[in-house]
Amino acid sequence: MNLSNPVSELFWRRLALTPAVGVFVLLSLLPLANLIAMSVHEIRWQDGHSVWTFIGTSHYERLLDDGLLKKGFFNTIFFSVAGVTIQIILGFLLAWGVSRISRGRVLYRTIFILPILVPGILIGAIWKLMLNYDFGLVNGLIGLINVQPIDWLGTASLALPSVILVDIWHWTPFCFLLLLAGFESLPQELHEAALMDGVTAWTELRYVYIPLMMPVIVVTFLFRFITSLKVFDEIYLLTGGGPGSSTEVISYTIYRTFFTQDQMGYGSAMSVAVLFAIALLMVLGFSMSRYKGQGV
Amino acid sequence: MKIIRSNFDFEHFFLILVACFVLVPFIWIVAAGFKSQISLLQGEIFFTPNLDSFREVLFSKTTEFFSNACNSTVIAVISTFLIVFSATLGGYAMERMHCPRWLIHTLLGWSVVFHMIPPITLVAAWFPIYRELGLDNTYSGMVLAHMALHLPMALWLMANFIHDVPIELEEAARIDGCSTPYLIWKIIVPLIAPGLAATAILMFIFSWNEFTVALNMTAKQTSTVPVAIAKFAQGYEIKYGEMAATAALALIPALLFLLLGQRHIVKGLTTGALK
Repeated sequence: MNLSNPVSELFWRRLALTPAVGVFVLLSLLPLANLIAMSVHEIRWQDGHSVWTFIGTSHYERLLDDGLLKKGFFNTIFFSVAGVTIQIILGFLLAWGVSRISRGRVLYRTIFILPILVPGILIGAIWKLMLNYDFGLVNGLIGLINVQPIDWLGTASLALPSVILVDIWHWTPFCFLLLLAGFESLPQELHEAALMDGVTAWTELRYVYIPLMMPVIVVTFLFRFITSLKVFDEIYLLTGGGPGSSTEVISYTIYRTFFTQDQMGYGSAMSVAVLFAIALLMVLGFSMSRYKGQGV
Repeated sequence: MKIIRSNFDFEHFFLILVACFVLVPFIWIVAAGFKSQISLLQGEIFFTPNLDSFREVLFSKTTEFFSNACNSTVIAVISTFLIVFSATLGGYAMERMHCPRWLIHTLLGWSVVFHMIPPITLVAAWFPIYRELGLDNTYSGMVLAHMALHLPMALWLMANFIHDVPIELEEAARIDGCSTPYLIWKIIVPLIAPGLAATAILMFIFSWNEFTVALNMTAKQTSTVPVAIAKFAQGYEIKYGEMAATAALALIPALLFLLLGQRHIVKGLTTGALK
């Protein structure tokens, strides 16, 4: 017996979906279509209205030999790969450490997840002061061991590693949190069995935990890697892409082109290219994780 | 037992070291807010605290801190409410109302894809539309943008939480003659209350922390706290003391949420990523 009236069922379903679908269509699909349209036009503002001139694919042709964009692309990849790898390793060790202690878990977790909740721009502000050449704490500390102060954010070769360090400080807690959830979902018997066999902690880590945690590690890596590609706030405040183009990242290139240089058409073409690249990466990532899943 | 004992000290040593590493920058920035400009610039570790920077940020004539904090709060509260409302209804429809599969896949796919898109590309996509419609530099514009940014993740979370509600309860309510809106409000919402709280807290934090949209879509009257912090670092003469004081004040919401809603936050973040 069908208890619910099919007509009213359909009505309520449509009503319930309206807000979500509305946002999806009006604020996601439509603007993205508009972005693609903008990318093949030259756009200027006149009396508060935009004037569009069709220019075909020439923005896209320009993308191919834009040195700054290329630099931003490689910096973003390096930033994400280096940063996220270290975050995963540190987060894993932390989660392992916390999962082994019996008292104080919640206290450690409370402290460790604080950076996740803080606005990215605030992290940038904190570290801009911490890394300040004249009075920052970091230079103060290395001064104690008689090292000359270092201009962390103003030296071309050091700026990107410094920004990566800030990102590690910011996001290791997130990896820790996900990996801790992974550790806590493993059966306790594993640890007891390892204790019975009298293996060392390192052997246990190597032969029990790392293989068992591999799916969680892969998911955490992909998740963080993808969010890491979006980096903008910290770069905006810490270095503004400089010195030179040493910390130029893709989001910052788009921001500068689109908003400060007012090249809306070209900026849109960049955005479309980035979206396309990310879609490609996504397909690659998913097929890789599926391949992994079959292997195990 | 012995093995645990022997490792006990080492683990705590390692964890305490990391905890210091996490906490020191926060403590230092708060301390910097209490320093006078001179003692800050000299990098003094021991100093006599004074309230000049805080007074400047909170009570001087040119300060906009309260108006920024008010903007942030209004935008975060309204967008959180709308997101949670839409996500609960949408999640329920997706999980329990026999939607066509293509629609579910589209919406879930949207959640995944939106997580990957750099916000700046979306801001670029919205910007001309906003200008034409007069939505830039308005609360509604910001709320809509935050909805578009964060609704996908909320939808994902709520669908997951609703999925865990036993369907038998719902069938029992149906037999008793419960209508759909009444069922959602009286049966589903109370059962998913913890998940709802987790989603709401996360959405509030995301909206409060959001910078990319706020930077490009707000002007003086609507700018939020993150934009105000960025402004301090952009001037010709960086006001370090005030920047530190503002940063210290902007830490308060994060601290409050951490102390009051940590369980929910952990639940929201792990469900969002691992499921």
